[in-house]
Amino acid sequence: MSRPISFAHAGAVWRRNAAMYARTWMYNLLPNFFEPVLYLVAIGIGVGAYVAEMAGMSYAEFLAPGLVCVAAMNGASFEVTYNIFVRLTFDKAYDAMLTTPIGPDEVLIGEVMWAVTRASIYGLSFFIVLIFFGLAPLPHALLAIVAIPLAGLLFASIGVAFTVRVPTIDVFAFYFTLFLTPLFLFSDVFFPLQERLSGIWLWVAEALPLLHPVRIARHAFRGEASPILLWDFAYILGLSAALLLSTRGAVRRRLMS
Amino acid sequence: MIVRLCGVTKRFGERVAVDELDLEIAPGICFGLLGPNGAGKTTTLRMIYGATEPTGGRVEVFGIDIAANPRAVRARLGVTLQDNVMIDPLDPVENLKVFGRYHLLREPELGRRIEYLVDFLELGSHAGVPVRNLSGGFKRRLAIAMSLMNDPELLILDEPTTGLDPAVRLALWAKIRDLRAAGKTVLLTTHYMDEAQRLCDRVAVMAGGRILADGHPEELIARHLARQAIEVDCNGDGERRIRAVLPPETRHLRAGGRLILYVDDASAVTPQLDGAAVDDGCGRTIRPTNLEDLFLHLTGASLEGGA
Repeated sequence: MSRPISFAHAGAVWRRNAAMYARTWMYNLLPNFFEPVLYLVAIGIGVGAYVAEMAGMSYAEFLAPGLVCVAAMNGASFEVTYNIFVRLTFDKAYDAMLTTPIGPDEVLIGEVMWAVTRASIYGLSFFIVLIFFGLAPLPHALLAIVAIPLAGLLFASIGVAFTVRVPTIDVFAFYFTLFLTPLFLFSDVFFPLQERLSGIWLWVAEALPLLHPVRIARHAFRGEASPILLWDFAYILGLSAALLLSTRGAVRRRLMS
Repeated sequence: MIVRLCGVTKRFGERVAVDELDLEIAPGICFGLLGPNGAGKTTTLRMIYGATEPTGGRVEVFGIDIAANPRAVRARLGVTLQDNVMIDPLDPVENLKVFGRYHLLREPELGRRIEYLVDFLELGSHAGVPVRNLSGGFKRRLAIAMSLMNDPELLILDEPTTGLDPAVRLALWAKIRDLRAAGKTVLLTTHYMDEAQRLCDRVAVMAGGRILADGHPEELIARHLARQAIEVDCNGDGERRIRAVLPPETRHLRAGGRLILYVDDASAVTPQLDGAAVDDGCGRTIRPTNLEDLFLHLTGASLEGGA
């Protein structure tokens, strides 16, 4: 049943969401933007005043690159969980798309593209905030921008794989509190894992998805390169591709039931 | 044939929604799929435009196997779903734009098509008002406009007028007739028999996932029932007395406190009915047999009661 995917039709799915958010961004996009800004101010500048240094820099400087990725993670995650579920069950947007030449594959790709877009809007706006705070050392920190769509792609893929398999909207509470929140807290964003973990646990930590975009962003902020970044890129692209391919069938079944 | 279904079956787990269905729809006609809720009408439509895969059988539209090439089929048809699916914060023109892009329409063609449809479905008065503020009738017209964006050869309407007031229904019927007159094939589902009788060249009565009868509405009625229906208010005892004075082969049907008798000439049996003295003759209604009688006769069920 593999037919050539029409990226033009996937683009039409993307434009549907873009048209909607162009009208409702004040309510749908703006609120989430403040979250990392609040963390930066409360923890970076507030708690940071009591922390002499972390990993050789001020605490706010340490926090900055990780929060860029958190902003992207949250942007993508909201989109592919609650918003896709609403479009699927309440708005019936996909029922309407399936009356046109758009098929399940194009829905999946269009939605992931849109989630990456939303992740990029959040990540980039937060990055601009960092520049204003003087927390993004230019120009090399600009390379961290690469981590934004990658974090978006990764968490769009993970989230959509979850969403097409959940029966009710209530289940997303577990996804956020038992999956995303621990990732947020334990992925090298708030403290250097290298210094707190040892032995086998450092290897286990490599399984955490958020760790990889955070490491890319952190290296960019420091102006360093390292071979381990290749592993980070491979992890992000490989896991995303594997999840999307394995979700294709589930999307098809969910939309065509 | 525009649509051809051969032995199409759809099961959801244990439940058989559509059962070995055969159906053919000729080009240029208005075809009505009638049946109570849960008869399998919507599932049948979804299989025709390829949104649901049949468990068995074959669906061809425009001579194309839908399983092999749903994109080619869907490029040439339009569907108005039972629910109005639109983006609430956007206005009608913006919704039409989004939908036109699903068909890869671009400016200036996109704008021209929207202009035509805004005019045809009389959407101009509220073209810039967010959809969430529009009335049910207006939204329904917009839903139909959206399904016409690609100038489809086949228009599929799933319960086009359910929940609308009589004036809006009449207006929509006129539009559907215009489309048919313009050469489009129309396939609609309804459980309003007056709608089917007014609009459809052919109807198929469906219940329990099967087609019970199909043909031209008038022919179908003539094939199954006598020409006139007499409705009488009576209890069980009255019903026995009436049936005792009428020929035993007279078809009848009970709907609550009302007995409906099907006869070719009502005036011929009036004396017997008067003789049975069940009623005073005032509450009696004599009318031509219609599609609703046929429907009740075939499904043996009330319209809302399921089969």
